[in-house]
Amino acid sequence: MALTFWHSTLGKKIVMGTTGLIMIGYLCAHLLGNMKIFFGPGEFNAYGHWLRVMGAPVLHHEWGLWIARLVLLAAVVLHAVSAYQLSRRDIKARPQKYVHTKPRMSYATRTMRWGGVILGLFIVWHILDLTTGTTHSGGFQEGHPYQNVVDTFSTWYGNAIYIVAMLAMGMHVRHGFWSAAQTLGAGNRTRDRGLKAIANALAIVLTAGFISIPVGVMTGVVS
Amino acid sequence: MTSYSEYSEYTEYTVGEPVQDERAPSGPVNERWDTRRFQAKLVNPANRRKHTIIVVGTGLAGGAAGATLAEQGYHVVQFCYQDSPRRAHSIAAQGGINAAKNYRNDGDSIHRLFYDTVKGGDFRARESNVHRLAQISVEIIDQCVAQGVPFAREYGGLLDTRSFGGVQVSRTFYARGQTGQQLLLGAYQALSRQIATGNVEMHARTEMLDLIVVDGRARGIVARDLVTGEVSTYFADAVVLASGGYGNVFYLSTNAMNSNATAIWRAHRRGAYFANPCFTQIHPTCIPRSGDHQSKLTLMSESLRNDGRIWVPKAKGDTRPPAEIPEDERDYYLERIYPSFGNLVPRDIASRAAKNVCDEGRGVGPGGQGVYLDFADAIARLGRKAVEEKYGNLFDMYERITAENPYEVPMRIYPAIHYTMGGLWVDYDLQTTVPGLFAIGEANFSDHGANRLGASALMQGLADGYFVLPSTINDYLARNPHKDEVDASHPAAVEAVRETEDRLARLLAVDGDRTPDSFHRELGELVWEFCGMARTDEGLRKALDRIPQIREEFWRRLKVPGTGEEFNQSLEKANRIVDYLELAELMCLDALHRTESCGGHFREESQTPDGEAARQDEEFSYAAAWEFTDTGAAPVLHKEQLTFSHVHPTQRSYA
Amino acid sequence: MKLTLRVWRQKNPDTPGAMAVYELDGVSEDMSFLEMLDILNEELIVKGEEPVAFDHDCREGICGACSLVINGAAHGPERTTTCQLHMRSFQDGDTIDIEPWRASAFPVIKDLVVDRSAFDRVIQAGGYITAPTGAAPEAHATPVPKADAEFAFEHAECIGCGACVAACPNGAAMLFTSAKVNHLNVLPQGSPERETRVLDMVAQMDAEGFGGCTLAGECATACPKGIPLFSITAMNKEWLRATRKVKR
Repeated sequence: MALTFWHSTLGKKIVMGTTGLIMIGYLCAHLLGNMKIFFGPGEFNAYGHWLRVMGAPVLHHEWGLWIARLVLLAAVVLHAVSAYQLSRRDIKARPQKYVHTKPRMSYATRTMRWGGVILGLFIVWHILDLTTGTTHSGGFQEGHPYQNVVDTFSTWYGNAIYIVAMLAMGMHVRHGFWSAAQTLGAGNRTRDRGLKAIANALAIVLTAGFISIPVGVMTGVVS
Repeated sequence: MTSYSEYSEYTEYTVGEPVQDERAPSGPVNERWDTRRFQAKLVNPANRRKHTIIVVGTGLAGGAAGATLAEQGYHVVQFCYQDSPRRAHSIAAQGGINAAKNYRNDGDSIHRLFYDTVKGGDFRARESNVHRLAQISVEIIDQCVAQGVPFAREYGGLLDTRSFGGVQVSRTFYARGQTGQQLLLGAYQALSRQIATGNVEMHARTEMLDLIVVDGRARGIVARDLVTGEVSTYFADAVVLASGGYGNVFYLSTNAMNSNATAIWRAHRRGAYFANPCFTQIHPTCIPRSGDHQSKLTLMSESLRNDGRIWVPKAKGDTRPPAEIPEDERDYYLERIYPSFGNLVPRDIASRAAKNVCDEGRGVGPGGQGVYLDFADAIARLGRKAVEEKYGNLFDMYERITAENPYEVPMRIYPAIHYTMGGLWVDYDLQTTVPGLFAIGEANFSDHGANRLGASALMQGLADGYFVLPSTINDYLARNPHKDEVDASHPAAVEAVRETEDRLARLLAVDGDRTPDSFHRELGELVWEFCGMARTDEGLRKALDRIPQIREEFWRRLKVPGTGEEFNQSLEKANRIVDYLELAELMCLDALHRTESCGGHFREESQTPDGEAARQDEEFSYAAAWEFTDTGAAPVLHKEQLTFSHVHPTQRSYA
Repeated sequence: MKLTLRVWRQKNPDTPGAMAVYELDGVSEDMSFLEMLDILNEELIVKGEEPVAFDHDCREGICGACSLVINGAAHGPERTTTCQLHMRSFQDGDTIDIEPWRASAFPVIKDLVVDRSAFDRVIQAGGYITAPTGAAPEAHATPVPKADAEFAFEHAECIGCGACVAACPNGAAMLFTSAKVNHLNVLPQGSPERETRVLDMVAQMDAEGFGGCTLAGECATACPKGIPLFSITAMNKEWLRATRKVKR
């Protein structure tokens, strides 16, 4: 059955929808945590520390974090592999374009594929920048996330990459959430307005929330 | 007319031996079907897969027959010219399907449906067949519901019915205005299941072009693959034609553009008698043509006459917009001529009356070929909302086609051909005069006599396909085991293929200057004029004079581009017109010979003092089965005498 | 009115096609779109050129044969079938682009004619209720709630024209497949085959090379019969349910 599931276009879509929802859930948690940045380095750094000790004393140091990372990694990989395979299939199913083209889909719908690619690249940069510090602009300090964040958003390209990626994320979430609901069979005529409203709210809150951080740094609210 | 008058020869038909149905058992009419089924020999289930049956057409009759025969275990080879069996023109039927279920407890019964159908057919149908149809009607509904046909239902979850076509009982089952579509999809799905199991070998986009008769028995067909142009032969133990009617001989009709008479006409040329070709039905409420470009006509449900009032201006050539014509300058002619039935007179009467007022020069709309169907009174009386609820979808359809809003401007309607009661002559087993060749659905002549009642075509197609043919064809197969296999090398097959290929090659070789459609249109206008709603001796002779001329010109001036070895829609069309040009002639001759009026056939010479159709039972109580001799040569008439022991013939009156 | 038509011409499946330009005069706004093409074809035949091949049959909007992409929209600018589209939807002097359905599952046969037999095979995979003739119980033995009957009807209205596939950026047949799944699965008569039906039809749909659904919604916009996008959601639900119930 699992193989039937994975080999079916519907099965892959369900994998995409489910992993997408997991990632949206993560984004919500991530945003809540990030908001602590507005309450000063103490609180934010303490939050960073807690992430490493969460689950204690049951879990060993950083085990909770690694479990979350593994789940997320699996979600990203499954999401991306499904998306890649489905996209290849879709392109093959419609090899010839119409001479007279007439885009009618919403922007969010049309940009799902490229938006996804942008987000993938962003995630890599984001980890290299703020988790491992490999590409960090200033002197990356382990255990001092507050300062690291401020450093990143003190460069123009740090802001640019981040803001563009967050806009892409917003649009991806907007079509993605609604789409996942349909794929998982949750939509119907009466529920549609509600689902669309949730999708829009999620997109706006997540985008605005995340973007508020570089804006905070630029305006000096966070420094 | 010129001295070119082949008609004189064509009209000198001879009368041959009477033809008789020898399959219907004697005895009480309500027991005959049981008796026949019991008498029929059966084929051992284990042997059925060794029998191949060809079915041509996938409409209600063909789709149902193909599926059922395959379920029984036969090997079915089926054909349709469409790209999918789901598109047969049964799909366009709107109104509903009759069945004597008596769910309303309103006094309906099998006997009443039988009676209504014989009477509605103006006493020109066979009692045994009609009674069987009424009996089976009940099973059809059960079958369709089991297949998932989404009939209209009431709040209790039970089936809804309505009354239809002036019948006093509510026996019509329906699925909004798309009953034909839903029933056809039911049959198509059943057929699809058999295609998946391999019991049905389906050839879509393949058109039958000839019948192969070996030793007097139908053993196969010649068919052209419409995509590659390849002409091939297919062989079987029996051939079933379910290819529909021949209404497209009129060019403008409510038939689908590609519905055609080639299968039945080619079978006729190979020996199957053609019965009552002049019995064609005209529907009074179609949307009129809007100009010479018109390619087909669209029917509007007859139910509109329940609330609409039909009128034309009193003065000839009055071109004022309808709103500017005062009440006293309007002629509500149906209400005037038929005070008791008014706008609800039967189809044929309403149609003829419309033609008469238009012939007087009082028609409205482009070309003066239309009458008003006015809802102003109904809207004033019931309110716009109530009218919208009843007829909203029809009004929308009308507006889409004409760009006129029927809530504000009266609709324009005009009669159009939409069904042909005539067809291949068949006996009670639905077998034609060629042994092994069966005809079902609209392709045969059997059950509707001279006029078909509303919601009865779907009933007949499904009765033939699901129940009658699958019970009767066993008998033929069991009694006629074919010892010798026939293949493409058989002289009869070689000859049929050669004739077909020659005909196609000739069509391509003419290389003249007129399109196939231009001939079709010319022929259609001619038969509509002289063999349409009202027919006269003089007019029919004119048509019979003219048809051979058109035929001659066709073979001289036709232009078909392209080749025969490819997808070529012009060639398909031209080849169908070849047959229309012969069929039209037989239709006119049949109308000429039948000097009585009955049902859809109205001879102006035979009417009552108040202008109604007058039957001549003593002379014409028979079905006219014509035998083909040669193109343009007089056919032979075989009469099947009709006897009425259960329903006594009476004259209709609607004044 | 006078029109410039740019029409896809392709001799056969193996020959590459191209847009050809035709000027057409004397078009009346009362003509249907297909009658306009008839006029073009009559002119072409008289000139000795091959007429434009296109599928059509009932011309009443119900058989589902007609299939043109007009100015980039399946069945043209109105929500109806091409045969019910009238020239009054266009202006004098317009240039109109006419192309065939585009999808790898619908290969072009000639000009504007495509092969839609993949749809038939999707139905053959399970788009039916197994009810051999003669085996039916009395019609009133199983009442069907009115709401279910109407839900079934709404989906049964699909005419199988393929506009959904033509309009879908992924060439997906989800709307078509879901219409039949929903029609039959909601009815009590269809329930014994409920799970196998949806699994088999979806598998066949994939096997035919149709694309996947990205919920773009183009299919439902193009559908001349108004099959809603939620039809797809409902099928997804059926499929998910079936994968849990059926062990394969």
